[in-house]
Amino acid sequence: MIYTPEMYESLKRVEATRSARLSETFPRMSAQEKEDILRRFHPDFIPEAFATLRVGPNKGGKTPHELAVVLEGRPILSPDFDVGRADIETDVLVIGGGGAGSAAALMAQENGAKVVLVTKLRHGDANTMMAQGGIQAADKENDSPALHYLDVIGGGHYANDPDLVEAMVMDAPQVIRWLESLGCMFDKMSDGTMITIHGGGTCRKRMHAARDYSGAEIMRTLRDEVRNRSQDIFVLEFTAAVELVLDDRGQCVGAVLYNMETEQYLVARAKCTILATGGSGRLHYQGFATTNHYGATGDGLVLAYRAGAHLREIDTMQYHPTGAAFPEQILGFLVTEKVRGLGAQVLNVDGVQFVNPRETRDVESAAIIRECKERGKGVRTPSGFQGVWLDSPMIEIIHGPGTVKRELPAMVRQFIRFGVDITKEPMLVYPTLHYQNGGIKIDPNCATEIPNLYAAGEVSGGIHGRNRLMGNSLLDVCVFGRRAGIAAARRAREVRMGKPTLQHLVEWERQLREAGLEPKVRSPILLPNYVGKL
Amino acid sequence: MSEPEKLIPIYIMGRQYMVPPSLTIQRAMEYAGYRLLRGCGCRAGFCGACGTVYRIAGDYRLKIGLACATLVQPNMYLTQIPFFPAERKSYDLEKLAPTAETLFRIYPEVLRCLQCGTCTKSCPQEIDVRAYMAAAMRGDIAAVADKSFDCIMCGLCAARCPAEEVQYNIAILCRRLYGKYIAPPAKHLAERVREIEEGKYNQEIAQLKAMSEEELAEKYNRRDIEPD
Repeated sequence: MIYTPEMYESLKRVEATRSARLSETFPRMSAQEKEDILRRFHPDFIPEAFATLRVGPNKGGKTPHELAVVLEGRPILSPDFDVGRADIETDVLVIGGGGAGSAAALMAQENGAKVVLVTKLRHGDANTMMAQGGIQAADKENDSPALHYLDVIGGGHYANDPDLVEAMVMDAPQVIRWLESLGCMFDKMSDGTMITIHGGGTCRKRMHAARDYSGAEIMRTLRDEVRNRSQDIFVLEFTAAVELVLDDRGQCVGAVLYNMETEQYLVARAKCTILATGGSGRLHYQGFATTNHYGATGDGLVLAYRAGAHLREIDTMQYHPTGAAFPEQILGFLVTEKVRGLGAQVLNVDGVQFVNPRETRDVESAAIIRECKERGKGVRTPSGFQGVWLDSPMIEIIHGPGTVKRELPAMVRQFIRFGVDITKEPMLVYPTLHYQNGGIKIDPNCATEIPNLYAAGEVSGGIHGRNRLMGNSLLDVCVFGRRAGIAAARRAREVRMGKPTLQHLVEWERQLREAGLEPKVRSPILLPNYVGKL
Repeated sequence: MSEPEKLIPIYIMGRQYMVPPSLTIQRAMEYAGYRLLRGCGCRAGFCGACGTVYRIAGDYRLKIGLACATLVQPNMYLTQIPFFPAERKSYDLEKLAPTAETLFRIYPEVLRCLQCGTCTKSCPQEIDVRAYMAAAMRGDIAAVADKSFDCIMCGLCAARCPAEEVQYNIAILCRRLYGKYIAPPAKHLAERVREIEEGKYNQEIAQLKAMSEEELAEKYNRRDIEPD
């Protein structure tokens, strides 16, 4: 009972229309309508929000101001920092302890490598842990990897790298099988058949879930398995990477690490290095709240960019259509797409549908922004935000009482802590910053343009084009994390390292000078700063 | 915007800070000047980094919560328990049987559980930890897996347990045993993996990869969508 009287007035209209809406399907937009609504309302299409990069491999390209600031930042280390010593030596260095990093560590180990995994917070503090809805794989009889391919590339506006899409959709069933063999508890029927539902932009029901803790279930399982192999995989928590180390032949030979607690620097020497540092939602593009974990500050993009790797599609970010808009304590938190997958509709202040709930995320978000900003049909909150209703009580009517609690325990818990019972009352939602669509350019084995440097997971680009579909991120981190681990371990057998240097920082400083830049920000920033903020 | 909030006193590890009452513990600590490192992960109730123990002045009872999901209250004395040196056994899942014997061999202390229920009172997820520990003592791995499923492994149960159990590590062992051995395998999944390995979809994918954007768009926009 925490909604305001005005909100309750609106909720009465939601309840009044509910029974009629149960049989109502809001028409899907045509290709032309989608293009039009994206251009007019999606945050990617606000020109003032973007900067033109002035240094580095993507010079001349566009990216949000907030990312440009860190990409064009000043290194933390001076170029004469001594990288000749090695505090840690290993075959494969994995930077990042989320889903991709953990999958990479496991597969590198299975392929004979000694692995060191570093992560700047705890192992598992990652966006993977927070993913709720599920993981896609075309493993049902009426589905096929080709249909999955079509959904991915159409949803991504045909900007995807076809080789990467092929790798993802063809590996997908094998990845689910792998997770099943590691003991992940997927939702199944009594005969073992996977329970699968739709997500936005899917043509078949191929979303596999573990209640609404899908990412947490995958993350804690992978982490547990990494811990079981501690003889070959050495995990260093609270240890960030602040610069890559190259050798005199331009190969990556490790990284300079930073102990977040003791503030000491360490040099890690590795035959192959895997960047699995995740996304950048904590840069708060365009001032948006984010669903991302505390450490999502784009560190890997900065490191790879400064070392000379191209980034791609860094001019598009994903805004998840349903972030919590009320109460304020959970503003911007993720409300899983599984809520819509189970049948909940999206409604305006009059309790009326204005968009099909299964459009792709970019289109769904743009429609919600239009409803609030242009049509004035949003619901206002006491602190001046707006949102639209996500009618979760419908799920109980469609699938039977108890379904919400069974299928969405995390969501129920999230909201009841602040006084909203989503089994009986709809949630107020608004788009929230969710995902970095692009990233470091890779090939299907996760190799970057820098020899012996690999990238996997959200830090990489090209898989999802200009818009990722629900359930393809958990899939991506597993598919490409595994591929990176295998490729790096195999490559490590034949690597011959040269003399380690930070010469690329000298080149970077020269580029900054020539462009007339005097950056105040040192990057990577490692953590956001919320001190003193309300 | 409404009137600025009247500030309330909270005590972070004993020191008083004045903070707005609408904040969670996590945001109140930041408001007070802490730049968090330990005790802060996902900031949304999924990672278990921010387990917090608190007491309200005048009340002898200790309470628990996640700092990211608990509102501050006046005269709250709090500290975070971001790490607890709990026992964790390594094991090779491939070589285990999903039986009570396995569980008791790896974690013999399961049988020392007093069933006092302190763990249940200590769980910020409101899981009935005592009940799943009872199931563990019976060797009922499936029940442990089901009842513990929403665990975020914050470790508060272990931190408070008088019998020094490591409930959350026992629970994940049971979940993995269940997921691998007790839950029925997905036959359609194994079948699809086999088909892919045999190359059944190679040609179709190759055709899609060779298509122009116009051809792909035509195919995408006309694809049939499975009804609900």
